[in-house]
Amino acid sequence: MEALINMVLLTLMAVITVGIIRMKSLFGVVILGGIYSFLMASVMIVLDAVDVAMTEASVGAGVSTVLMLAALYLTKHEETPSLHSPAVALLLAAVVGAALIYGTIDLPPFGSADTPVNTHVAPRYLEKSIPETSVPNVVTSVLGSYRGFDTFGEVTVIFTAGLGVLLLLRGRRKRIHSDVETAAIAADARDAA
Amino acid sequence: MKLDLILRVTTKIILPFMLLFALYVQFHGDYGPGGGFQAGVIAAGMIILYALVFGLRAAQRVVPMSLVQRLIPLGVLIYAGVGIVAMMKGGEFLNYSVLAQNSVKGQHEGILLIELGVLVTVASTMVGIFYAFVERGR
Repeated sequence: MEALINMVLLTLMAVITVGIIRMKSLFGVVILGGIYSFLMASVMIVLDAVDVAMTEASVGAGVSTVLMLAALYLTKHEETPSLHSPAVALLLAAVVGAALIYGTIDLPPFGSADTPVNTHVAPRYLEKSIPETSVPNVVTSVLGSYRGFDTFGEVTVIFTAGLGVLLLLRGRRKRIHSDVETAAIAADARDAA
Repeated sequence: MKLDLILRVTTKIILPFMLLFALYVQFHGDYGPGGGFQAGVIAAGMIILYALVFGLRAAQRVVPMSLVQRLIPLGVLIYAGVGIVAMMKGGEFLNYSVLAQNSVKGQHEGILLIELGVLVTVASTMVGIFYAFVERGR
């Protein structure tokens, strides 16, 4: 049953990817991107990673879609036709894809218990999370406490991203505005004279 | 604007529940899926929905840009502040065990506090980016 659900979800994601490539309307591309994120969130639920699924649904499908639409509001709604042939890009994508698939051949079977991922620090987190932090959701205790430094870094990244966008979009506009204003004031002065 | 009637009524009904859900995700993050990051995005989504339906001016009367600009660094400062307090109490940076009488309680309180910092920064950053885009388009 799980394999069937995965198959359906992944097929739908592949179909949407083709749709995104072929579609010229950027509005449609953004909406398809949101649907892709929702399907990805469903895959995460099938994999029992509910925290990741929730993040994917709220960030990937929710806020990113809205922010992309807001960005579209400032640009054109149609994709400009590419001037060079897509052959080089296609070759590059095929080579990278083949290398990635070659890399998966060496991976251990999905979910096997004796891999380094599941034998290194994960058992310690699972056993000690409740006695040490009294937090039953191990994801939260790992993110908040055991890996608190990483999460601090993530918050700083978001802070920096927000700062950058605000500086780029707001700082520039004011200067243009004041230029227009000075021109208007100059024109008024000329008219008065 | 008449065509927006259903949208506006539905939005008004749904907004408090969105905020409630964001708070649930925030404070239930210890027991179920969720945490500051997800809750912050949902809370920001509430403000963005309000701005989309009722206009930017109405949204900025509730959450003005000056407030957003102060909240973005405040979250990082809350997070770093928890780390500094832990250092002043004799532990390492972000070692929550020293925050309360016993280490388990300290860990729990530390996680709650840093999640609050994450919530504040994520929510205000998302709202701030949305405001910046929309203001630029006018």
